[in-house]
Amino acid sequence: MSDVQPALGGAEFDGAGARVVEMPPKGMITLRGSPDEIGAAVADATGCAVPGQREITFEGEFALGWMSPDEFLLMCPRDEVGTCLKSLGETLAGSHHLAVDVSDARAVFSIAGPGAREVLARLCPVDLASTAFGPGEIRRSRIAQVPAAFWIDANDDIKLICFRSVARYAFDVLCGAAKGEPVGVLR
Amino acid sequence: MLILTCPYCGIHCDETELANGGEAHLKREGPGSSDDAFEAYLFDRDNPMGVHFERWRHANGCGKWFLAARDTVTMEVFGTYKAQSIEPPAEIVERIRAKRPDWEGRA
Amino acid sequence: MSIRLESGGRLIDRSKPLGFTFDTNPMQGYAGDTLASALLGSGQVLVNRSYKYHRPRGIVASGAEEPNALVGLGQGGRFEPDQRATTTELFDGLIAMSQNAWPSLGFDAMAVNGWFSSMMPAGFYYKTFLWPRSFWKHVYEPVIRDAAASGLPPKEPDADLYEHFYAFVDVLIVGGGIAGLQAALVAGRAGARVLLIEQTAHWGGRAPVDGVEIDGQPADVWIADTIAALQAMENVTLRARCMGAGLYDHGFALGYERLSDHTPGDGRPRHRLWKIRAGRIVTATGAIERPLSFAGNDVPGVMLASAVRDYVVNFGVAPGRRTVVVTNNDDAYRTALVLIDAGLEVPAIVDVRERSDGPLARECVRRGVRAETGAAVMKVKGGKQVAGVMLCRANGTGGAGALLECDCVAMSGGWSPVVHLWSHCGGKLLWSDEYAHFYPDPSRAPTGADGAPFVSTAGAASGCMASGEVLADAAEKGAAAVGAAYSGDLPQTNDIEELPMQPVWVMPTGALPELRAKMFLDFQNDVKVSDVQLAAQEGYESVELTKRYTTLGMANDQGKLSNINGLAVLSQSLGEAIPQVGTTTFRPPYQPISFGSIAGEARGGTFQPLRRTPMHDWHEAAGAYLEPVGHWKRPYCYPKPGESHAEAVAREVKATRASLGMLDASTLGKIVVKGPDAGRFLDMLYTNKMSTLKPGRCRYGLMCNENGFLMDDGVVARLDDDTFLCHTTSGGADHVHGHMEDWLQCEWWDWKVWTVNLTEQYGQIAIVGPNARKLMESLGGMDVSKEALPFMGWVEGELAGFPVRVYRISFSGELSYEIAVPAGQARALWDAVLADGAAFGITPYGTEALHVMRAEKGFIMIGDETDGTVIPQDLGLDWAISKKKDDYLGKRAQERSFMTRDDRWKLVGLETLDGSVLPDGIYAVGEGENANGQRNTIGRVTSTYHSPTLGKGIAMGLVAHGPERMGEVLKFAATDGAMIEARIVDPVFYDPDGEKQNV
Repeated sequence: MSDVQPALGGAEFDGAGARVVEMPPKGMITLRGSPDEIGAAVADATGCAVPGQREITFEGEFALGWMSPDEFLLMCPRDEVGTCLKSLGETLAGSHHLAVDVSDARAVFSIAGPGAREVLARLCPVDLASTAFGPGEIRRSRIAQVPAAFWIDANDDIKLICFRSVARYAFDVLCGAAKGEPVGVLR
Repeated sequence: MLILTCPYCGIHCDETELANGGEAHLKREGPGSSDDAFEAYLFDRDNPMGVHFERWRHANGCGKWFLAARDTVTMEVFGTYKAQSIEPPAEIVERIRAKRPDWEGRA
Repeated sequence: MSIRLESGGRLIDRSKPLGFTFDTNPMQGYAGDTLASALLGSGQVLVNRSYKYHRPRGIVASGAEEPNALVGLGQGGRFEPDQRATTTELFDGLIAMSQNAWPSLGFDAMAVNGWFSSMMPAGFYYKTFLWPRSFWKHVYEPVIRDAAASGLPPKEPDADLYEHFYAFVDVLIVGGGIAGLQAALVAGRAGARVLLIEQTAHWGGRAPVDGVEIDGQPADVWIADTIAALQAMENVTLRARCMGAGLYDHGFALGYERLSDHTPGDGRPRHRLWKIRAGRIVTATGAIERPLSFAGNDVPGVMLASAVRDYVVNFGVAPGRRTVVVTNNDDAYRTALVLIDAGLEVPAIVDVRERSDGPLARECVRRGVRAETGAAVMKVKGGKQVAGVMLCRANGTGGAGALLECDCVAMSGGWSPVVHLWSHCGGKLLWSDEYAHFYPDPSRAPTGADGAPFVSTAGAASGCMASGEVLADAAEKGAAAVGAAYSGDLPQTNDIEELPMQPVWVMPTGALPELRAKMFLDFQNDVKVSDVQLAAQEGYESVELTKRYTTLGMANDQGKLSNINGLAVLSQSLGEAIPQVGTTTFRPPYQPISFGSIAGEARGGTFQPLRRTPMHDWHEAAGAYLEPVGHWKRPYCYPKPGESHAEAVAREVKATRASLGMLDASTLGKIVVKGPDAGRFLDMLYTNKMSTLKPGRCRYGLMCNENGFLMDDGVVARLDDDTFLCHTTSGGADHVHGHMEDWLQCEWWDWKVWTVNLTEQYGQIAIVGPNARKLMESLGGMDVSKEALPFMGWVEGELAGFPVRVYRISFSGELSYEIAVPAGQARALWDAVLADGAAFGITPYGTEALHVMRAEKGFIMIGDETDGTVIPQDLGLDWAISKKKDDYLGKRAQERSFMTRDDRWKLVGLETLDGSVLPDGIYAVGEGENANGQRNTIGRVTSTYHSPTLGKGIAMGLVAHGPERMGEVLKFAATDGAMIEARIVDPVFYDPDGEKQNV
């Protein structure tokens, strides 16, 4: 198997407001099914609690994001995708579900620094005040003209995912937004 | 610039996260339907100044279709509800009747 | 002449002189100046020529309402026309150019228009130059456009950056005068998230200029204390230089922040457009003084009384040494007092009212100013600068009056609340007889998503004219915005009693036509009292029509000074009351905002998202010519040095047909559909039957919408018993996925089916040509023999060490394998294919070669053969439409009478008689003409190419009764009138038996 290449080869940018980095590829599995039917198995496979509406839960290298009432995004180390899919396939054999590897379908960015929230606030129609959006929540929206989802990780950095084909566009608009000085509204 | 609450993910969506899908509660006419019924299904649409039921998709979000009851003139939103609804929920109909006593109901 | 005073100017810093140029003349101002105050301080009274008559014009106002003082600002990539001098902060090195004058501001050749002004009445565009018609385009329009030119367009790309910012607040307060500050204080103290925005660089509005005292101290002290208190609140954000540009539904508002207009090139964005969602909005936007309509009221030196006061108090600038004040109210007396305090002369106050003995008037008399009551200005003397005024009785016809020499006229026709933002989103107005202005009707406020009002006004914007009322109103509205009633103390003010104003719309009231033709209502568009009266005479009774006919209020100041006066003249002419005539519609933005701020990040490389495949960098390095396909960028062809695109395409086609080609097919849509009802679902989605497809096999399918029209096509692979992978067109993946989810969520929600769009997960490489199998074998790792992987089959495995799924499908007619590989490894596999393919002379080909090859095979292309009006039956695709299915999307529509007519245009192949290539989209003409006298058409070309394989032009087209007319020659009408003959042939030009792909 060849080395897996992130869309932009791990691009980085240091702006006055925040640092934007394309993260190494992550293992990702899209799971569709009713939480009642598949929740327990998914929690079992990841060690993560079953996330409620708009929640993201973490356990070690694993994370489980609520994408819609019948869709989870499972994140795991890249080399565990196969194992995960296999074990899910077995435990969910009788349940109506869909589990597919989407590890290559997306780009992952980290937006770190005191201005990180304001970087996104320049691009997303989302209330990014800490009182409105905090750790443990995953938000699907758009950045500028493309769909994206983001959450706050353990280091207080923002992690953002978008489709791989628009990684360059997403990186460029994030860098543009990270260039400027803080607006001074969101902390 | 509307804000509609997605009944699936609970987000108060900015209109730019949404895609409009036209009139709600159309009944599909398939093979065997009369020409008139099929034509009406394809083309007859309400275009009221006032209470209207619409389909919206949370396109830049959870991807779910939902329905909204809205006044097309004042932009007042009487409620949003799941797409898996044959009729508007009774509570929304009641709310509309309370606020728009002249409303004649859905055609 | 205007001068800088020896002292004074609360906003300027005399220790910081700033140099600037106006029409290349070096001038000087101070930090804190606006360009307008610096021009006046430098003695520059004449700043512009008027739009239509090229009359000399000077600065009238001191803020956003300024109609005249528009300049071209900056140079090169920072040049911008039509910038208001009154809202432009001065900086060192500022370069301003006057507009609309040639050869110079002082001598304007087009001023000749003024002599003929009687020949350019209201609607003259509509009335003149009607004949001859051809003259419009070549003579009248260019001449008029040149004569009426305002600013020049910039020629270079904008050098600045712009950005957006999404803000969410409980309360947005627009306007940072004492009303806005007071409302913010109340809302902020209640703990609400408050955003307070102010369009100028300074807080406090005009209270300090008007001598307001709050709690026994000058207003400046209270303003500074309040700002400090607000800044100390975590929940309050203050933004100066940020204009409330527009109010929209559901609490949406635009704020236009000018970050670096006054510090150009400092690296910050120039403008930031705030996209604000507010629970409640309070507009504390103040009021604007109205001009008076007297003859010559546009001569440079005639200004609003409040503006004269602003220039003296704020900037230490005297617009004139000898100023006559003309008024219908007490407020203008404040201007007289300010002028006298500054040591300037006020030869007279001309007051239309018979009685004027309020406290302000008495103070003026005490200070030795002569007050002429019941008097009016008959006309202003002077050309490029006021030389004097002729006085007359206010209610007369304007007979010969006394001449009063002066160099400045300060006029006041009363004050109008700034109701623009309130009105943007549907707030209604009431008419005040007391103040002769429209003010917001609180009982008819704009309503939001919950049906409740979400906008209120505070202070002068509500129609409150005294500062005590202003502060009380603002406290009440600030509290109401957080759902409370205000119960605290109110600051005490030193309000002075004012006598009632007396509306006067034409001065003198009985002015004769000669005078009315020199009374300007709209300075920017040169609309006069006589124009509006003429419009009324000609039957324009609606204010909206009068506006468009006369162009009143249609300039870029949007009639901030002219609307009420024009409306009053119209209502008088019509003999109706002003509120009955009504106002024109207030629309955003309040003032023009830059295109850059609207675009934000959407410019240059990020103008729109471009989708890149995993092999994109390789394509670029290989010199591919890229074309857009949806949002994707795909190689059209890979021209070699010296090769034309057509030559490259021909080479790619020939090489592929002769040996081996490869295509980046990653853009193909890939949607996985799974569940016990997946087969049933796909049977509804596709016209043919998918549920009978065996695992391991592929089937080509057509997708129609409920109108019956072809929407998308592609190959479906059955992965296992309840899983299918649907390939879509490159541009169609998102749409088709949305279409699937629509039907699953909204119609068949009890069906057990899940879908996921996997388009981005895989890179896809097509290996095409007679040597394709040899290359696959060379890459190694899987059995690709005819037996193991037959045509229309697929297998999963490892190829050259890559995890792949290989589909044996063909869009070219050749032996072909499409290899799906995880996107992160796609480039590496591409490189491996290239390396191993070298032995077979592998040739990467682009979308045009793909198109040529599919056309040679007679394969249709969505978007070429289809245009949203074509059903599969038109394309001879009946074989792909199941006759056994009771239902599929589009089936019922395809049974409609129009769809089953036998004269529908149907797909055929076309060949010109001389082998040339038919023009794309060209129509075949039949006998006779239609009702419009046009030749009847009987068909059109949908795809047309030069076939390098066959060495001639080939085309597909839709022709009436086409398939029944094989061999017939049709005439196609070219745009140059020529007729091109082409023969109807079978659309499959190449390998009609499909022997090459099935080996």
